[in-house]
Order: sequence, then C-alpha cells, then structure tokens
Amino acid sequence: MKTPKALYYTESHEWVKVEDGHAYIGITDFAQSELGEVVFVELPEEGDEVSEGNEFATIESVKAASDINAPVNGVIIAVNEALEDSPELINEDPYENWIIKIELEDESQLENLLSAEDYEKLTK
Amino acid sequence: MKKTVLYDHHIKLGAKMVEFAGYEMPIQYTSIKEEHHAVRKQAGVFDVSHMGEIMVIGKEATEFLNYMFSNNIAVMTAKQVQYGFLLYENGGVVDDLLVYKVNDEHYLLVVNAANIEKDYAWLESHHHDFDVSVLNQSDEYAEIALQGPLAEEILQRHTKMDLSTIKFFTFDDVMIENKTYLVSRTGYTGEDGFEIYGDHDDILFLFKTLLVEHKSLLPCGLGARDTLRFEVALPLYGHEIDQDITPLEAGLKFAVKLDKEEFIGKKALNEQKESGLKRRIVGLEILDKGIVREGAEVYYEDHKIGEVTSGYLSPSLEKAVALAMIDKPYDKLGTTVDVKVRKRLLKSKVIKKKLYNK
Repeated sequence: MKTPKALYYTESHEWVKVEDGHAYIGITDFAQSELGEVVFVELPEEGDEVSEGNEFATIESVKAASDINAPVNGVIIAVNEALEDSPELINEDPYENWIIKIELEDESQLENLLSAEDYEKLTK
Repeated sequence: MKKTVLYDHHIKLGAKMVEFAGYEMPIQYTSIKEEHHAVRKQAGVFDVSHMGEIMVIGKEATEFLNYMFSNNIAVMTAKQVQYGFLLYENGGVVDDLLVYKVNDEHYLLVVNAANIEKDYAWLESHHHDFDVSVLNQSDEYAEIALQGPLAEEILQRHTKMDLSTIKFFTFDDVMIENKTYLVSRTGYTGEDGFEIYGDHDDILFLFKTLLVEHKSLLPCGLGARDTLRFEVALPLYGHEIDQDITPLEAGLKFAVKLDKEEFIGKKALNEQKESGLKRRIVGLEILDKGIVREGAEVYYEDHKIGEVTSGYLSPSLEKAVALAMIDKPYDKLGTTVDVKVRKRLLKSKVIKKKLYNK
C-alpha cells in the first residue's frame, strides 16, 4: 500500500496535497483497494463550498456507494473531469488522480490531519 | 462468527472476507467484474456452504411439504429439484428455497443462510399433525456451486458418470475422485452449472482440486454471485422478496400453484390475484449518468411510486440498471420514471426484469 510522505491524511481515507495555497483532495490507495473497482464518481461543481468532515463527492464501486468527505474547508476551484468518463483512474493511481482542487479557507486546519506515518499505522 | 470449511483456503487465495448471515465469507478474490465475466464466459466456483440444509423425513413427508410449500410437491419424481416458497398466511415469503426429492418419504430443503433458524422453527411449529420429522442438518453439509458454460466439461474430467444425464433441476449421487457427492444441475447465476453438496472434508478436497487442475476456473465471491443473479432477475430474499412482498408481486408465480390443494398462503394469494396486483417488480434502465441502489425512491412526476430493490452498473450490459418494486400502472414497459439518488433525480425507463439475455 502506497502512502506518499508529503501528503496529509484523514481517518476516513482521503488525502490532501497542498500546492501554492491550493489543495488537491483525493482518496488513498487503501481506500481504493477496499472499494474495489470504481465504476462511477459523482462530482461536485466548481464554486461549491466544502467543509471539514462533510461529503462532497460519491464514489460508486461495483458493490456500493461511498461518500467522500472534505478534510478541510474551502471553495472548489476545479474538479477532475477525467473521472467522469474514466472512473477507474482512481484505482490505477489514487494519488495522481485527485478529485477536487480547492482554495483553502484556513491553512491551520491542516494541523488536525494525519501524517503519512500516522495514517500508515491506522491502516495496518 | 462462523467459518465454512473453506475459510483457510479463501485466505490463502487472497480473498477479501465480509460478514454475511453470521458467516465470514469471501466477497471477492481479485475483482467482482473479473469473477462475474469468468462465470458468464468460462466458469467460476463459489463457496456456498453457508446455505442451510433441512431434512424432512417420514411417512407423510410429501403431504406435509405440499401443505407448507407453494409449488406442487405431489408431481415431483425422485431426483427432481423444485423451486418455491414457504409462505405466511398473508402470502408474504418466509423464505425461497430448493426442494430435493430423494423419495416420497425423504426430502432435502436448501434454504437461505440468514433464514435457517426461522425456516426450521416455521416447519417445526406446523408438523405436529403429520407423521414427519424435521432435521436441521446445515452444519453437516458443505456446498460449492460450479457455474458457467464450461462447468460440465470441468466436472466431467473428475467422474466416470455421464453428467449430461443430470438435466436442469434434477440431481444424483455422483462419485467424484472416489468420494460421493450430491450434484444438482441448478444455480443462481443464469448460467449452466452444478451445485455440489458433500461433507466438509470432501468439499474442501473438491474445491482445491478443481482450482488446481483447471486454469479456466476462477474462485468467485458473494459480490459476483449477487451481480450474476441480479442480471437474470433471480430474487434475493430481503430485496425482491420478503415477508411483506408476495411471490405474485415479485413476478414469481411460476413457483406458486394456486390450483393445487390447500397450502399456507394460498387463500391470501388467491384474493390478491382476484383483486388484482397493486404493484410488481420491474426492471429499470437508468438513462441519466449514475447508479441507483437498493432503497432509492422511484417517482412519477412528483409522487412516489416505488423503491429500488437491487441496483448495479451491470458488468455484462455495462450500463446502470435496477430491479424495483413499482405501483401500477407505472409498471408498464417504456414508462419514464425518476429515481432519487442523493440530491439528484435520474431519468429511468421501465424495462423487463430479466435484464440480461444471452
């Protein structure tokens, strides 16, 4: 199971990558492996607000639907539209294939998230 | 939690395990899609040892079962299998099951794992006017299902008996690799295949042997079992049928013989037939992007007309489809309805409930 060091993680298996004050959000390798083959991603709209702990997208695997929660507050500035036609990208590379990019509302919220080390312990 | 005799072998094969009806069962080994396609195109083998086996024996076994069961036991010959229901007085379903006739005084009932205790208690509480014994033998049997177009060819390599003599919905005792199994040509996938019963060690031996010797055979989990049965509209208890849904509403009247003598539930079903069905199970094709799941509400214009009972992105059809219980008259083929998924309404069309045809 891959857990890139530079990212932040949540207990509900999302990751956050911060670049120039923006944050990319996706799901972890562990999450995609647990879900199995992703067959559909219900994406939010650009401009939507997301808030910590609340659902912003839904990922459907063959078996079931799973809510994806926002790790931090912010406003969506881009959604990964490639996932609309190729949801399986999430399985192929869950860290390359982010789901949304947001404008961070409060960078200090990142401090509440898990480090790669802590997240690895959680999923062992 | 209970484990089947194949548990250690599932772990060795890398299965992902889940709790199902009190058992730890494999949901998938590699991928639900891959296992699904293996069964449609080649062959797959499932551990279904969690299923229950209830023996009914005694001088009045035929009379007793014919009173308890919706299909007509009296017309069965030895080595036949019949599908049907145990019903409540109000026509709701206690369980759906297979009845194997050994002889007039000896039947084997194969029931859903989640319903074993309930079925046994139901049979127990009704058999006192009959000269029969009801025995729950679920722990003595293990069971595997070998399913797919190559099933016969695969199993034939391990027995001298000509398996083509076991026709659809019949069974026989079959010597396989010097051990005796009960083998029926039945299944829950819409493909040809067999369900194979034996004692624990023999089933473990056969499961391992088949997988080692046949490269075209995949071990398959409960995930693929559900997508396969769903595509061909085989009902799952708790979804398309349950205590509040009658077999007529579920579109399963082929397994209910209203013209035979008295049986539990007959009166209610006759009344329902005469007054006309108010709702029934249909297929839905989801036209908008998205997948609908069990419990999703179905609307016609702005009023609710039913609920989804099972829904998937069908691996064989590669599109989102569902089975749903819909009020009449919105059950007509071609009717456009909306299915509510989270905040969205997905435009859908009523289609035949058998979603996949070869």
